[in-house]
Amino acid sequence: MGIRTLLGMLIAAIAVIGLLAMHEDYGLFLPQLLEGAVLTIEIAILSCLLAVILGVLAALARMYGAAPIRWLATVYVEIFRGTSALVQLFWLFFVLPQFGVTINAFVVAVLALGLNVGAYGSEVVRGAVLSIGRGQWEASTALNMSRAQMLRRIILPQAFVAMIPPWGNLFIELLKSTALVSLITLSDLAFKAQQMNQTTLKTVPIFTLVLLVYLVMSLVITIGMRLLEKRASLGLARGRTA
Amino acid sequence: MIWDWGFALEILPVLARAAIVSIEATLLGFAIAATLGLVLAVVRIAIPWTGWTISVLVELIRSTPLLIQIFFIYFVFPKFGLVIDAFTAGVLAIGIHYAAYCSEVYRAGFDNIHRGQWEASVALNLSSWTTFRDVIIPQAIPPVVPALGNYLVALFKETPLLSAIAVLELMQTAKIIGSETFRYTEPITLVGLFFLAMSLVSAALIRSLEGFLNRRTVR
Repeated sequence: MGIRTLLGMLIAAIAVIGLLAMHEDYGLFLPQLLEGAVLTIEIAILSCLLAVILGVLAALARMYGAAPIRWLATVYVEIFRGTSALVQLFWLFFVLPQFGVTINAFVVAVLALGLNVGAYGSEVVRGAVLSIGRGQWEASTALNMSRAQMLRRIILPQAFVAMIPPWGNLFIELLKSTALVSLITLSDLAFKAQQMNQTTLKTVPIFTLVLLVYLVMSLVITIGMRLLEKRASLGLARGRTA
Repeated sequence: MIWDWGFALEILPVLARAAIVSIEATLLGFAIAATLGLVLAVVRIAIPWTGWTISVLVELIRSTPLLIQIFFIYFVFPKFGLVIDAFTAGVLAIGIHYAAYCSEVYRAGFDNIHRGQWEASVALNLSSWTTFRDVIIPQAIPPVVPALGNYLVALFKETPLLSAIAVLELMQTAKIIGSETFRYTEPITLVGLFFLAMSLVSAALIRSLEGFLNRRTVR
């Protein structure tokens, strides 16, 4: 979908929320839901950061690490991609305390989501680095660069552009997964919705608003990543140089 | 003691029974996703003016959390007189959510069909139904089977969400065992291991299927 359509959808979604808020039933719930949305955004941003760091580290470890580090990274990626996010969240929340490690729910949420998306992200980073043509590596070798220099100056800046769209998808997945943290007592958007639904039974207005708020957040991410992609690919002649 | 083998063995049969519910939900959900996704993708091509509506719909479904969609179907549908039980609501929500993803996969498959195939079908005076059934779909589906397989695995890993509306699948059963016995370590770890095993096995299956299809399809 074009960026114009996406912007149109974003404006339409915000307008619909605004219009609905004028209605008594809907206006009543909106402030509380937005309060929950703030926590959702906090968790999403922190776990995004964690995911990117872990993704890059795990990818580099899998490609260039010494054997034990490589195995460790592979095990990490396979475990977190192979089990479901909710199971990971519950494991950290319910099982870790039994080993004497108690961490608060917010940290568990950020850790679980960051670790989960980081595992998928490492594959994205790996794929992007591997997609860089062999000639780039050979030229860097010919220029007598060290491996760290090659990665930092030649490979990663080019791989970065290729990584942006798949990372955008992962960020959306992550935003959607934040709804899971409502199940470990954090009062995010989904939790507030559940809570108000149980007390007021006004199901239709509450869940309609929640869906719209999530939609707005996803669209902001999608549009932001599109702009970033446009900006990052300036000056890079993609497709022409192999 | 942190890990009790006796307890783990004791709860294994209970979890195994719950695993069947998870697998049922996966298969039913995927059946809905694969069918509805194909319908969406075909309608989009066959009736051009629906393209915009369908892409907005797909974007809407993909941009909002599955958990909220499950709640929406489970809590909102009854308000309009359509009372469905938790399992059906959950399977329906998962199916519709992944149908949005699958429709994009099918679309990619259709986009890869050469224009000449469409033109030849028109030249042979085939109806659009025959064109799709006998010419386009047999060529478009095999290359996208691995991508669909990936969504099957992803869908399977989403089934623990059904525990949020109290469907007695794996996660819910593990939680109940945990709250009855105050031992969460064994049930939740076993559930994790079960998912890991299933994912690794299905990933291997998809890879071999991919190899098989690559060999079969003439490029």
